[in-house]
Amino acid sequence: MTPVQKDEGMVRQKAMLQAHAERAARARDEGRKVVYTFVPGNLVELLLSFDVEPVYPEITALQSGMRRASDRYIREAERAGHAEDVCSYVKCDVGMALAGDVGPGKTVPAPDLLLLSGTGCATFYKWFESLAGIWRAPVALLQVPYQADGAVTDEMRRYVVAQIRDDVIPALERLTGRRFDIDRLREHLRLSARAEDAYSAVVESARRRPSPIDAYFGMVFYVGPIFTALRGTLEAVEYYERLRAEVETRARAGLGPVTPDGPMGEQRFRLVVEGPPCWTAFRDLWKLFSDAGAVVVASTYSKVGGLYDTGFRHDPDRPLESLADYCLGCYTNLSLPQRLALVERYVRDYEADGFVVHSVKSCKAFGVGQPLLLREVERRAGVPGCFLESDLVDSRYFSHANVRNRLESFLQAIDMRRKA
Amino acid sequence: MRAFLGVDLGSTTTKAVLLDEKGGILGRGLTNTRANFETACAVARAEALADARFGLLAEPARSGARRAYHRAERGRRLEHLRARTLLLADDDARLQVAASRLFEALAKLASAEDGAVSFRDAVAEAAATAAEAVATAAGVPYERLMSALERALVADEADPTALDPDAVLDEIGVPAGERVPVDVAAQSGTGYGRHRLPFAPGEIRSEILCHGLGASHAFPGTRTVLDIGGQDTKAIQLDERGLVTSFQMNDRCAAGCGRYLGYVAEELGVGLPDLAPLALSAHCPSRINSTCTVFAGAEIRERLALGERREDVVAGLHRAIVLRALGLLARAGGVHSPLTFSGGVARNEAVVRSLRDELSRHYRDVAVNVSTDSIFNGAVGAALFALRETAAC
Repeated sequence: MTPVQKDEGMVRQKAMLQAHAERAARARDEGRKVVYTFVPGNLVELLLSFDVEPVYPEITALQSGMRRASDRYIREAERAGHAEDVCSYVKCDVGMALAGDVGPGKTVPAPDLLLLSGTGCATFYKWFESLAGIWRAPVALLQVPYQADGAVTDEMRRYVVAQIRDDVIPALERLTGRRFDIDRLREHLRLSARAEDAYSAVVESARRRPSPIDAYFGMVFYVGPIFTALRGTLEAVEYYERLRAEVETRARAGLGPVTPDGPMGEQRFRLVVEGPPCWTAFRDLWKLFSDAGAVVVASTYSKVGGLYDTGFRHDPDRPLESLADYCLGCYTNLSLPQRLALVERYVRDYEADGFVVHSVKSCKAFGVGQPLLLREVERRAGVPGCFLESDLVDSRYFSHANVRNRLESFLQAIDMRRKA
Repeated sequence: MRAFLGVDLGSTTTKAVLLDEKGGILGRGLTNTRANFETACAVARAEALADARFGLLAEPARSGARRAYHRAERGRRLEHLRARTLLLADDDARLQVAASRLFEALAKLASAEDGAVSFRDAVAEAAATAAEAVATAAGVPYERLMSALERALVADEADPTALDPDAVLDEIGVPAGERVPVDVAAQSGTGYGRHRLPFAPGEIRSEILCHGLGASHAFPGTRTVLDIGGQDTKAIQLDERGLVTSFQMNDRCAAGCGRYLGYVAEELGVGLPDLAPLALSAHCPSRINSTCTVFAGAEIRERLALGERREDVVAGLHRAIVLRALGLLARAGGVHSPLTFSGGVARNEAVVRSLRDELSRHYRDVAVNVSTDSIFNGAVGAALFALRETAAC
């Protein structure tokens, strides 16, 4: 295999996340506290205002998957009693904690607090219940009501704000021994909004032909800073402003994204993808798409850490309310009809030729509606759909031949329709 | 005559079909895939070509030539297999005696005319019936005799006998003027092993498209295709023009596919073709939900131990295949009439009957089409692609 190729934005992203991992690893020695939290509905601006280090277990798990270390951790968790069909992120993370092993290159520090932002995924509760048992760390709970009726109501917003004010902030004050400083929070929110503006321009760039980005595989790298520990920092603003310029330059030159196997050639198919990628086969999966000339122009996975392309911004003038709106509005917290409407809009707005669902074996929360989503998008948007199945970080569930067979069949079916 | 070749390199069997310029089938070839994909392709292709040559003869020479061809081809392959088996047994005189007697019992295969059963399946089935008595009489363990035969079969498949239709035509005295040469104008390949076919990249097509096209060619107007092959099951939806709109395939696990039936037959000690008649004789099919191939043996033994009748258990296993397929069809968007059922499993009458029963229970007024060429459906689709591409040039 040739060495992995990356664009400048991917290289800088890796350096930023690496630097953060190192900072987090030093936190205890430097007297800073570590808070574990989840990507969807994370309150990173609030955490930064208390000078604590956020660590995201899903990110640790997916990085373990990309490093091919996840299978060992999963076996470790299964030995400890977790069933085969439990979410593989959970097992990877729990197994890593049980093995006392290192994370992606650096020691992942133990948590001082588990901030459970229960946004969209019910498994989050059981996940932190397991980690609380292993680490003997307290849990601060932020319960985010699911948008079952397809909208955020004032009541829902007030409920989340009250929890941030009455539960989460006091828990952070107890943890750090500091008073909550709303001005610091406002400053981080202001920086978040700036990064979000630039980031949204990157997302929207995929409307161009050829698309200068891959909005699924490539976007996985770009979302790193804004989905995790760096949103709300000046560093992230600079990162996304440079990324916007880099992508713009590529678009003006008529260039496509850079894949791990080199710059992508002709873009024969524009696709919308639902579901997270398979991390243990990430490069293989991307190659299957890019070799066939398939570029992803929009994906739902790149919205699990915030739906910025529908206009949401963190707002320094409504600090707690905008944090609540952020949590309530993440893709994972949308009802199935909302997800369907969003995907349908992506297919139309980004002029996609087809829709692909990558269904995750160990994720019940999202798997449930996916066959329906696929059929309805086919019916409403008039583009064919493709159903791929594997997993997040359990490599046992990825079958190269099977995925390739389905993807090829799908792309050839699109070709046939064009010819007809 | 210009002909268009389609090869479907499946996980279990490899099929080849030659079409004429109007899309009519000129010749069919079928062989076991095993490990050597190129060989499987060559054998299926050669069989299809030979079959087409005889098909193009005028009656009555045509049927006479076909019979003569099958006899000659089977006879030649049996002779090769016999020689190999004896060679493998040459350190054991008793085993050699048993092998010789076994091949005396197998000699009747040379007169079989059923081209839809591969040579290997025909030999394995006949041997399963005859070997025990032969081995006992010769005083050798049954397993040793079957093991020698099995090894010879594997070697035989890796070294295909050259099929020479002209030699057979000479033998039966068909004048040269009545023989129509077949010219393969274009070819296309599909199936599980399509990337290993000795074809150019532009000649390779996905299974989904080929099965969709094959089904709407055999039965114009087909809206849903159910294909159950050796290791996978496909549910394909077509629009009114016959274009694929969506599809679902089984994931990794091959439960409820053709191999499952093969395993069930083995477990019960009967031939694969005997399964359907057994199932159709059932009065009260057992309720079986598991279609796991690996657990099939345990399931059967458990049922028989509970006192259930053999035919009822077998009928229940057939129904379980259909229930699993219905689940896949549901995920693929349901069943739209007319449905075409294809793949090797569609040749099993008990599965077809169970499918009709279950469809009438779960869906209203679904017409079910099953072609006698159902196993060649993917190969026909591939050949149609070759034909269309040529016509478009």
